[in-house]
Amino acid sequence: MIDIYNLSKSYNGVSVLNLERVEIPKGQSFGLVGNNGAGKTTLFSSLLDLIQPTTGYIKNGGYKVNESEEWKTHTASFIDETFLIGYLTPEEYFYFIGDLRGQNKADVDGLLSGFEDFFNDEILGKRKYLRDLSKGNQKKVGIVATLIGNPDVIILDEPFANLDPTTQIRLKGIIKELATNKDVTVLVSSHDLQHVTEVCERIVVLEKGEQVKDIMTSPETLKELENYFSGTIV
Amino acid sequence: MIKQFLNLEWKSFFRSASFQVNLVLKILMGFGALWMCASFAIMGGGIFFILEKSDLEPLKTVNQFMLYYVVFDLLFRYFLQKMPIINIKPMLLMPFNKSKIVKFALGKTALSFFNWMHAFFFIPFSVVLLSHGYNPVGVITWHFGMMALIYMNNFINVFLNDETVFVVIFGLLFTGLGGLQYYGYFDITVYTAPFFQGLYEQPLVAVLPVILLVVMLYAAFKYFKKRLYLDAGLAKKTETATTEHMDWLNRFGKLSVFLKNDIKLILRNKRSKMTIFMSIMFLFYGLLFFTNAVEVYKGPIWRMFAAVFVTGGFLFNFGQFVPSWDSAYYPLMMTQNIRYKEYLRSKWWLVVIATGVSTILCIPYLYFGWEVLAAIFVGAIFNMGFNSHLVLLGGAYIKTPIDLSSGKKAFGDKSSFNIKTLLISLPKMLGPMLLYVIGHYTLGPVFGFALVALAGVAGFAFRDKVFDMIIKIYKTEKYKTLNAYKQNN
Repeated sequence: MIDIYNLSKSYNGVSVLNLERVEIPKGQSFGLVGNNGAGKTTLFSSLLDLIQPTTGYIKNGGYKVNESEEWKTHTASFIDETFLIGYLTPEEYFYFIGDLRGQNKADVDGLLSGFEDFFNDEILGKRKYLRDLSKGNQKKVGIVATLIGNPDVIILDEPFANLDPTTQIRLKGIIKELATNKDVTVLVSSHDLQHVTEVCERIVVLEKGEQVKDIMTSPETLKELENYFSGTIV
Repeated sequence: MIKQFLNLEWKSFFRSASFQVNLVLKILMGFGALWMCASFAIMGGGIFFILEKSDLEPLKTVNQFMLYYVVFDLLFRYFLQKMPIINIKPMLLMPFNKSKIVKFALGKTALSFFNWMHAFFFIPFSVVLLSHGYNPVGVITWHFGMMALIYMNNFINVFLNDETVFVVIFGLLFTGLGGLQYYGYFDITVYTAPFFQGLYEQPLVAVLPVILLVVMLYAAFKYFKKRLYLDAGLAKKTETATTEHMDWLNRFGKLSVFLKNDIKLILRNKRSKMTIFMSIMFLFYGLLFFTNAVEVYKGPIWRMFAAVFVTGGFLFNFGQFVPSWDSAYYPLMMTQNIRYKEYLRSKWWLVVIATGVSTILCIPYLYFGWEVLAAIFVGAIFNMGFNSHLVLLGGAYIKTPIDLSSGKKAFGDKSSFNIKTLLISLPKMLGPMLLYVIGHYTLGPVFGFALVALAGVAGFAFRDKVFDMIIKIYKTEKYKTLNAYKQNN
């Protein structure tokens, strides 16, 4: 589904990302792990054509992301709060995204009804604009909005950060469910090794922009990752 | 300490993403400022002799109108003087007291051009007074009294930043008073002139403005110091949200998605709400021209200028900053399945509809003759057909992010209209003026109107071409724009 060819990004001659070839097949749940500055957000941003790679290119669903805009029809993403429109209420925001993705109000309402637990009664019908919600609640809105219109590719940057424990557990449930759907490719980055090993079939570790590990998740994966990261820190 | 603050200011200016644009505009503003200084100085040096020639006692006459001078200064500041913006939150926990932060912010306003430009009027005027044998002590106390009043305005303006309603009432009140005086019904200056004259005749009176200034300064200081808390002045104001469906917009089909969003954008954010207010103010601007009240604005050319101006308030204030209005969530727009064309067309319709509404509101100008109304209609056509594209084109290059929720900063800059806007707007008015002049002085006014209208209609024909151009710019500038919008100043 997603193919990365010789992708590199450098700022003033300093390389921050350098990936020779990464292939993410359709339906895979893909986890991206790495310390700060490893290049996770850079990778996701180039995947979404928000930054221009220095060399190489990315194909999403067969389309080069920097040449065609076709990939936008099947890709949904939430990177940070710049993906939210602050002056809308959560409902209006969902309907707006729905409109852009060809979903009518009833479709969106149908989808939202499945997330009542996740929203914990703090989002819908609260007569608040998105800008006035807490960081955690904003994140919930952003994540659920990516599910509107049944996209084939879902990209979430640090979805677990800023969420309370209950929500983290519920979010894991949501991502796991997506992962079982063989039509949906999920890309998640995280600092939380345990969460990411739980929800992802495959984990790639980045360090200073280079791919250092590419693991198909197994019961030993968490241990392996913990060993790796404690080794790099010491 | 001050050195560090200055250092931060310096860096924030030179390291901002829109630095080059800023620099060019600063230079242009610099020329504007020079021009202002020169005209103030000429006025200050010359007004004495002009008044003397007309057999008026110069100082007394100046004092009579001083009230309007001071009031106009205040209104002028409200619209053009920017409030100092310091990023305050990170400063709060630093090991120095809050008074320093406030002092620096207020001190910065005191150095503003809007204060010392008045010196270019008062100093030459005072010098001329002295050379004509006026009592030196009196002239000096008068001079200091006046400067104290000007500085008082500076600090009043700091408070006013939030109080648009008050400014409107204040402005209307004095416009009314001016009108009453002009037609000889009631003369407020009879009551205020003695005070200004007193600054000269009774040196002790000058103590009054100085005391007022100190009180104002103290109040401004207290006001901001009290507000330096996360849940007070620095807090975001939470409003109760209203949900609007605006189903009546559905007739615009796919465009309606964006139109609805744009209308919400305008109605729910302070910065953008100001554009509506400013557009209404622009409507009244025509009075200056069509009434022939201002000598230099007489003549048919200025009529065309005014027509473009009054109908184009929204166009200039809003259209200019597309797509910056969406800067806060530009990455979202860039990753969603959005056709640029629909996005642009929605903004274009918004501008055109607003221009139409302004035109209808301008119909009362018919009172000043059919030529005025014709100019307004023709100006509107030009705005819709030609300028609407031009502003969108210009906007594509303006990469200054707009902080919609400017409540985050205690000294937030809420006015969407500033010198920058004005400078970019000027060329859009010179075009129709030139066309009209060509027509007017060859075959007469009707031909002039026809030329301008024709240019406007021709503009419509090129709509899709221009849109394609803008889309191309959006695409090539995409990464730069995204990067610039990341900055929040």
